[in-house]
Amino acid sequence: MRLVLLWTDIFVFVLLAVAIAFSVYASRKEHLRAPWGEIGKSSVAMSALVVLAFYLTVGILDSIHYHPKLDSGDQNSARYSTEIVSVFDWMLDSLRNKGEKTYSAPFATHLYSKELVVSGEARQQYVFSRLEHGGAHLQEQADKKLDILKTSTWAAAKAFASWILFTLVIVKFRCYRMRASWREGLRQVVCAGTRVRWRAVLLTLLVVMVIAWVSFDLSQKYHVLGTDKVGVSVLYQALKSIRTGLVIGTLTTLVMLPFAVLLGIMAGYFGGWIDDIIQYLYTTLSSIPAVLLIAAAILILQVYLDNHAAELSSAAERADLRLLFLCLILGVTSWTSLCRYLRGESLKLREVDYIQAAMALGTTHFLIILRHILPNVMHIVLITVILDFSGLVLAEAVLSYVQIGVDPTTHSWGNMINSARLEMAREPIVWWSLSAALVFMFTLVLAANLFSDAVRDAFDPRLRSGS
Amino acid sequence: MTEAILSVDQLTAQLGAEDDPIRAVDGVSFEIQQGQTFALLGESGCGKSMSALAIMRLLPASGRIVRGTVRFAGKDLLRLSESGMREIRGAGISMIFQEPMTSLNPVLKIGQQIVESLRTHRSVRGKAARNEATALLDAVGIPSPQFAFERFPHQFSGGMRQRIAIAMALANAPRLLIADEPTTALDVTIQAQVLDLIRNLQSRHGMSVLLISHDLGVVHELADRVGVMYAGQIVENASRASFFKRPLHPYSEKLFQSLPDINKRNRSLTVIHGAVPSLKTTFEGCRFTQRCHRTLQLCSQKEPAWSGDADSRVYCHLYTVGGLQSNALAQQQESEVEDAPSNGVGVGDRLLRVRGLKIHFPLTSGVFKRITGYVRAVDGVDLEIPKGKTMALVGESGCGKTTAGKGILQLIKPSMGKIFFEGEDLVELGARSLRQKRSDFQIIFQDPYASMNPRMLVGDAIVEGLKNFDSAFKFPPKRDVIQSLLQQVGLPADSAQRYPHEFSGGQRQRIAIARAIAVRPKLIVCDEPTSALDLSVQAQILNLLKDLQRTTGISYLFITHDISVVAYLAHFVAVMYLGRIVEHGPVDQVLTRPKHPYTKALLSSVPALDADHRRQVTRLAGDVPSPASPPSGCFFHPRCNQVMPACREKYPQLFRIAKNHVTACHLYESQE
Repeated sequence: MRLVLLWTDIFVFVLLAVAIAFSVYASRKEHLRAPWGEIGKSSVAMSALVVLAFYLTVGILDSIHYHPKLDSGDQNSARYSTEIVSVFDWMLDSLRNKGEKTYSAPFATHLYSKELVVSGEARQQYVFSRLEHGGAHLQEQADKKLDILKTSTWAAAKAFASWILFTLVIVKFRCYRMRASWREGLRQVVCAGTRVRWRAVLLTLLVVMVIAWVSFDLSQKYHVLGTDKVGVSVLYQALKSIRTGLVIGTLTTLVMLPFAVLLGIMAGYFGGWIDDIIQYLYTTLSSIPAVLLIAAAILILQVYLDNHAAELSSAAERADLRLLFLCLILGVTSWTSLCRYLRGESLKLREVDYIQAAMALGTTHFLIILRHILPNVMHIVLITVILDFSGLVLAEAVLSYVQIGVDPTTHSWGNMINSARLEMAREPIVWWSLSAALVFMFTLVLAANLFSDAVRDAFDPRLRSGS
Repeated sequence: MTEAILSVDQLTAQLGAEDDPIRAVDGVSFEIQQGQTFALLGESGCGKSMSALAIMRLLPASGRIVRGTVRFAGKDLLRLSESGMREIRGAGISMIFQEPMTSLNPVLKIGQQIVESLRTHRSVRGKAARNEATALLDAVGIPSPQFAFERFPHQFSGGMRQRIAIAMALANAPRLLIADEPTTALDVTIQAQVLDLIRNLQSRHGMSVLLISHDLGVVHELADRVGVMYAGQIVENASRASFFKRPLHPYSEKLFQSLPDINKRNRSLTVIHGAVPSLKTTFEGCRFTQRCHRTLQLCSQKEPAWSGDADSRVYCHLYTVGGLQSNALAQQQESEVEDAPSNGVGVGDRLLRVRGLKIHFPLTSGVFKRITGYVRAVDGVDLEIPKGKTMALVGESGCGKTTAGKGILQLIKPSMGKIFFEGEDLVELGARSLRQKRSDFQIIFQDPYASMNPRMLVGDAIVEGLKNFDSAFKFPPKRDVIQSLLQQVGLPADSAQRYPHEFSGGQRQRIAIARAIAVRPKLIVCDEPTSALDLSVQAQILNLLKDLQRTTGISYLFITHDISVVAYLAHFVAVMYLGRIVEHGPVDQVLTRPKHPYTKALLSSVPALDADHRRQVTRLAGDVPSPASPPSGCFFHPRCNQVMPACREKYPQLFRIAKNHVTACHLYESQE
């Protein structure tokens, strides 16, 4: 296989590296470590974190792309497919390659619509034909329920067993670190007597593991969430959409942060004409309707792509470029509110005694901003970034729905909803595409919101003093 | 003796978690007689305010009353239902708070707020309520009360707002008024007005007052009895006369000794070492043992018991062992005062010379920021500071003294004027050369909590300046330099690796001093460095500043409103009023023979401590005018009691009274 780095992959990994570097840095600084410890005390936040971690793992696995090797007789000169797939695709190979002809309901064994079949005696007949993969192993239709029950029980048992194993490892590790006895360690975790709410973490993990394991095992034999118009598994689509959602939620922030932080602090700190210019800039920008700006930008990109089709070797790269561009333009339209907060905060900080003392000590403006102002507005940046995340994931869905979002070939919840839209009117209704997208998106956004609530409570000094 | 209006017995209140409580009030007992004023005196964090809130049953959500009884006019307040308690609050007992800026609702007219409290307890309505409210406003000395009724809180000054708060508290003729630091946020001249007001109202209505204060002077002015609080307990309970004549408890005694004063100029102030212990600790024995200078073996083992008579009681082992007449104390204290050598530096050369400093802030309005006027914060200040001397800049809040200090340091660009530092005009310097020069003059701020970056290690904060000036110091920071600085300001050596929030106010102020002296300045502007600190801690900081001056020959520009600190520390005084200096001269001359009517009034407003010595008190009427529209002629003439026609027409020139002693007042024109 030959690795490929798409543009968004690069950014995802850069972001990951920054996050890791920041956590290492934060663990050494007491004032940064303390609020995170505070978050660890909240059961809700820790549960949300487990869910987010699940999404994040999927997103990262889905960001390692490569050209798979083709099976060719020649051993010396390996040939690679032009198709770009990710590690996650490889893991879900069974899902990806089990296409049906068209719609089929979850756990169905037959297609959702009748099809003209030519039977042996040259007679034509409309029938619900049997699915190629979904429940293909079943001899009798009646066996289906039992089979599902058996498979899922077995999968749940396996999930439970591995969860027990994992729990024991965690408890053992804690005992080792705290120098506590086995019994004491176990008691603490079970009775939620730990500083970090391990019980909440482990219980959520159990739920996530059971759901994941059961759906994986079932998906080997059935289409757990059905198939869409062209017969692709909806479960696969929904899972692939996770990366798109995460990329939009995080990369956009990455784009907007430098603008917002630099301009916001500069406006507040220097004041005067610098403040005037920056204020006019963001008031102007925030008074242009964002959708209009995004539509225009996406159209420009589309024209560019059409004219330079030769430069991009594959559809995946095209789609990726459009995704990146969407992040950029969303970033440009959404930095103003953070900028406004930071301006206000710096305006206040500038008059604070320790900044005045730094001035009296002859510290340069640059160092004052770096050493004194930036660390003291960081909590605002963090809170805003995490709060914005869920908003951006939802924005993607809306934009894709009005067709100025990601490329139609990219898997995204917005695209799923958009393509399911027309089927809402048919009888019997095709409900699974839409619901799958909604459930996945809802879970992510809910987890992100709960987590960001906890982050805000922990970092906002005004709230902290009240507790 | 009549029956006590309020009697508190063994009141114990705790805050926070049950298993690790903060014992804010721990077995407090006292009584207040009808018409009497009882003062709770103590440093911050000793449980004074919590006692008051516990009496009102207004403890914060995390607080609870564990034990004790509170009887008010025959009722046991702790057994009343919440609705019964509501009837007591406001009608039987009412309260005024420290901060007049936040105790009034900013969106309601003050009339409405007073009427509201009338309506809740006595269902007075309509015109009757309005008349009564105006009468109340009149009683607390608000000019034109009819007109004031319709105005909003922000249209009044701090002193006026405190009067309004008092009017509201008096609305239902309470039998007990709880005054929680009623004058701490006010200037001395306004403080004198408010104290007078409380005293008059009290004698007129026969009301009892529970005064809570940290200020010995205020307590002396107002109280009949004094209860000294320490770490959640009352340690001494005495009548005013005997308390101020001879305090019994070692803590009260030390409090008096740590008061700065002109007679203590040539020696260090007595300090109480350490700080008030955390109220989370469980104490064994006497709580003051750690800081006490006269500990017996008994002290750290057993809780003391009360001893003494009805007039003065004390909670200390010394008296249970030696009896009340034990006078070993007096001998002890004489030997303890260590004599600091008097300042040997002769009249040095001029270090700083300020000529005609003006700092005007433009007032703008409209979209195009048209300048419609100026706030003349500093309006022509001349100053000179010799090497190794301290110049005090005294004045009420809003007179521009802080702005002047910052202007001298070029933290605010002066609008006009020259500032010669060792002969070089700082105003003319470019940004780069000014930055180079900055190591010569430093600043220490009032608020020890705002003057430290909370996200920076103390060690990093201290060497920040050194990194800027000394390229050899850039990296890595030299540990021994930090250590010697910490040692110099009396902080433990491991402080460098800690964050500012781990330190108390006094310690933070030491860190701020270390940061300032790290770059070896020749001048430090001290902007009220002790006004946010407790008395015992203030003495520590003042001693430190004085020691530094003796050893390094540093000069101070000491900005303050506290006359006793000036008397103790300064060599020269400049009195500032509304952006201009009205009088300056050597400290003994200005403080003992003030010339300008404003200086006289300012000095006489300071509450005196010794009962025998009654000064001729000049009360100032009214408030400081706005610096955006100063009065015509002499700025002081609307409040002056010796005003002449000439005062209304032109601002007086400076007249020389004696060598170095100058004042700007028309009274001395004829003597010229």
